Amino acid sequence: MMSVISHWSLENQERARSILASYPVKRSALMPLLYVASLEHEYASLEAMCEVAELIDITPVQVQSVATFYTMFKREKIGDYLISVCTSISCHLNGADEVLAAVEEASGVASGETTDDGSVSVEHVECIGACGGAPAVQVNYELIEGITLDKAEALIDWLRDTKPTVLLADEMQQLFGGQRSFDWGSTEPQGATRPVPAFGPYGSTNGSARGGR
Amino acid sequence: MTDKILTVRMDAHPSDSHTLSRYLDTGGYEALTKALNDMSKEDIIEEVKASNLRGRGGAGFPMGVKWGFLAPAEPRYLVVNCDESEPGTFNDRQLTERDPHQLLEGIIISSYALGVSHAFVYIRGEYPKSARRLQRAVEEAYDAGYLGQDIRGTEFSLDVTLHLGGGAYICGEETALLNSLEGRRGEPRLKPPFPAVEGLYAKPTIVNNVESISNVPWIMTNGGTAYAAIGPERSAGTKMLSISGHIARPGNHEIVMGMTWRELIFDIGGGIPDGKALKAWIPGGASAPWFVPDEHLDTIVSIDDVAANGSMIGAGAVVVMDETTNVVAAAHRIVRFFAHESCGQCTPCREGTSWLEAVLKRILDGNGRPEDIDLMLDISDNISPGLKWPPAMTTICPLGPSTVSPITSITRWFRPELEAMIAGSEGPVG
Repeated sequence: MMSVISHWSLENQERARSILASYPVKRSALMPLLYVASLEHEYASLEAMCEVAELIDITPVQVQSVATFYTMFKREKIGDYLISVCTSISCHLNGADEVLAAVEEASGVASGETTDDGSVSVEHVECIGACGGAPAVQVNYELIEGITLDKAEALIDWLRDTKPTVLLADEMQQLFGGQRSFDWGSTEPQGATRPVPAFGPYGSTNGSARGGR
Repeated sequence: MTDKILTVRMDAHPSDSHTLSRYLDTGGYEALTKALNDMSKEDIIEEVKASNLRGRGGAGFPMGVKWGFLAPAEPRYLVVNCDESEPGTFNDRQLTERDPHQLLEGIIISSYALGVSHAFVYIRGEYPKSARRLQRAVEEAYDAGYLGQDIRGTEFSLDVTLHLGGGAYICGEETALLNSLEGRRGEPRLKPPFPAVEGLYAKPTIVNNVESISNVPWIMTNGGTAYAAIGPERSAGTKMLSISGHIARPGNHEIVMGMTWRELIFDIGGGIPDGKALKAWIPGGASAPWFVPDEHLDTIVSIDDVAANGSMIGAGAVVVMDETTNVVAAAHRIVRFFAHESCGQCTPCREGTSWLEAVLKRILDGNGRPEDIDLMLDISDNISPGLKWPPAMTTICPLGPSTVSPITSITRWFRPELEAMIAGSEGPVG
């Protein structure tokens, strides 16, 4: 069963084992494993889905059926930086459509597309739970609240110029954000390395923050 | 009189309220010690029943009563719903980012009372910081002996698994969440059987919201009766309201219910920015019918008063719209959300939400037809017959009927505006 992922990095193989051990029924590991597989394959490719299917002993088509239900599993290659612009009601009331237009203009691609150099993908998304800091965007699911049109353009330039390997929400909020939904408290040490939600057990953060308080 | 329960620690200690050391310094895990050492499982359930805490995820069902439905079969599961996705809601995000141990202590006490040895927290994928903060809290709790085998020298053992979603609003519906947690499409299940009888892996399962469970430590420390004494009789305790839109002080406000909407919007929320007038507000998230100033400013903020006026508190999302708001555009935005998030199982929802979106879009684009208002009401009536509140259901879950709320709201309160937009349009195309 595990041999199907013997070409994965040792860390990700270990993560897969640990995820499988976390559930009494292995099919529950489908979505977590698909996130890890998306790191290995850069996205939720057909190959990634086939590997996950074998790990949990269901058919590839069953995995595909699940993957297509959820917007966060990207079944085509996307950019290094995924800009998700919230256009739901509270962000809409606070100028989200203009923010989306500014992001599209600055990046040169429309929502749903990726730049030719593969650096940036743009999408508009439904509510991301940042309504008190509307309008809000996420970059690789790390949040910026209270963004302005100027700052949205500056964000794209910053991503292209500095090519950050880890996206830290506090840093981006400081550079490009404004009104927040609430006091964020102390600085969060972990951030996103890929357009996959940055969560240690899924391997998508800058290392373990264990004890790093 | 207590007026804050959930946000006390994070307000007093903004830099480290999420850490175990600060949690312990401020009385953390004392409620667990009391529950494990001095209380029987039945005592704990009785205290939760006595608290009259009504579920904070939207449905408002009494938590203790829900617990009472848990079937005796083993194993049983506790699943905490942190798939907060109702547009306008962001209170679970704050509770998990800023005070994860408060939730975790609630999970441990609840699991002990319910005979659960494996609990899950389903966190929406767009909340990675919540997941990271909870993960660190879980690791700290294992290290300190609050999780794992033989917790604090008792025979009670508990594991907690954090599970990230994939960006699907419908997974906030508890049976869709269970399907998702089982590695399936997030499609709601027919009820009955209810999760308390056949839930996760067809075993007895309690699904509770983050805010609900976060209240459990306080209830153990202070007693259910003390909790029930806070606020109006049938809206006991505090409620985290997320206020957003056109409002001077957006954010989460932990309040005791019982004030008027006027007080909430103008005193707590600081009123409408830039001296504008209030046009409408949504009292409980995108699913809820709207309130308007002429009718509802002196309505009481409570679960029952809002319901009696044809809407709901829901998960506590208040979305405020000022006089400049194009209410047709706002309604379209909400309907578009539901059309996007419909899981597609039930025909009235799958087809109806898309058609409502299309009709609103053509009105916005200047192609509205005189019959479009009646058409939208007819489509709505096919989704939720009678257009009543609470809505009649033709669907497995309430997502479809939720789509009707903005339609009935704009046709009821802003019909002249809607008619004017249609009359000013260029008429039918093609």
